[in-house]
Amino acid sequence: MSFKAAEIHETSPWQKMTIGGEIYEGGTSRLTMTGEWRTKTPVFDAEKCKHCMLCVPFCPDSSIPVVGKERLDFDLDHCKGCGICEKVCPFGAISFGKEGE
Amino acid sequence: MSIRERLSGNEAVAYAMKQINPDVMGAFPITPSTEIPQYFAQYVADGLVDTEYVTVESEHSSMSTCIGAQAAGGRAVTATSSCGLALMFELLYVASSSRLPVTLACVNRALTGPININNDHSDSMGARDAGWIQIYAETNQEAYDNFLQAMPIGEHPDVRLPVMICQDGFITSHGVENIELLEDEIVKDFVGEYQPENYLLKHENPLAVGPYDVTNYYMEHKIQQAEAMKAAKPVILKIAEAFEKVSGRKYGFFESYRMEDAETALVLIGSSAGTARAAVDKLRAQGKKVGMVKLRVFRPFPMEELAAALAGCKAIAVMDKAESFSAAGGPLFAETRSALYDLDTRPKAINYVYGLGGRDFTVDTAETVFAALDEIVATGKTGEVYRHIGQRSE
Repeated sequence: MSFKAAEIHETSPWQKMTIGGEIYEGGTSRLTMTGEWRTKTPVFDAEKCKHCMLCVPFCPDSSIPVVGKERLDFDLDHCKGCGICEKVCPFGAISFGKEGE
Repeated sequence: MSIRERLSGNEAVAYAMKQINPDVMGAFPITPSTEIPQYFAQYVADGLVDTEYVTVESEHSSMSTCIGAQAAGGRAVTATSSCGLALMFELLYVASSSRLPVTLACVNRALTGPININNDHSDSMGARDAGWIQIYAETNQEAYDNFLQAMPIGEHPDVRLPVMICQDGFITSHGVENIELLEDEIVKDFVGEYQPENYLLKHENPLAVGPYDVTNYYMEHKIQQAEAMKAAKPVILKIAEAFEKVSGRKYGFFESYRMEDAETALVLIGSSAGTARAAVDKLRAQGKKVGMVKLRVFRPFPMEELAAALAGCKAIAVMDKAESFSAAGGPLFAETRSALYDLDTRPKAINYVYGLGGRDFTVDTAETVFAALDEIVATGKTGEVYRHIGQRSE
């Protein structure tokens, strides 16, 4: 019973799940949208951002994508809304609103 | 050619471990199982095994060590008793739910309190719902034989469950008796190599073990465990059959002693069987139709087979060497009586909790129980179901 993580979902019967929940591959967090726990959502103001990259290593998840030398908008699929990035941003480029606002 | 020796139950299990030569031992002492890691340490020091002998700071850690080693792809063993098993409690569930076939030598001792180092089954019975296969021995020979069968059972791809090999503390673990050992080569052939399909050190195949389950997945994994326990039944019999071929010694889920035409019988576990057998022989010599069933495999519980073995009786007494404080009987009684429920005609059943904290179980005690069963057969009245025997009372 060697199933790939992508083949297992919330309607999989027990016969089609791996024994003991073993996972036989890496990077499977991409398949799981853990951002749904969030109660507050970060808002990125691109005009204020100086791309200092301070927020990137402070993010406890990996919700701040960087391409080249540019910090892009949040990956909300995995952001838990902890607010650390807002606290560390020296330029006020990150604000927080309630989820859904 | 088998080797004739005389060994205690602890020596017998340590010797089985030496012959198996496991990859890792999580070692922590606790009476009366201490001798197992002690003897094994000597084998390590003498270079007779290749085992990584990990001296840990608690039983919580010895089981954690075994879990890590087994997940990495190794064979891991440990030994414990009583409070040591209790301290492992959380990890017992981790091993079974992660489907890691760790082997544990449990030398049964009363679980505190009051603190006591002598034998009863309150430690392993407390862990009966932890998802481990549990096999109990009457003698040092059975402890050795059961230990050799543990890995082929637990590691079987249909099973993948940890196995607890139990023997009675002091009575079996420290009593020196004659024993027949198998030759090293025969043991190696019989137990074979551990070949898991996936393991942490298999570099070409990244693996995560024991991930968090949200509600949508948890129950399916518990059903997998339940199915594995059911699948263990035929595997246990198949391994016993293979073991008989190399040893000449026959094993099943339980031993039926003089049960063919028995009208009354005792059901029990472990070393008390020798005493009960003597009582059965004595009463048989007086023309009484009595018998005994000694349960070997408690997990998985051989429900249908046990019911069939007891179906012909008029009354049975289930002997529990563990309290369950249910106010309704001990654990073996609850399961045995439940097994009898599916019979069209059932024997009447009573429970005796006995032998707690090393309290002696004698031939006289067994005869008293048979006399109580005679009374039930004669009057047709079961009377008090939940009873104790061997205690002082006004």
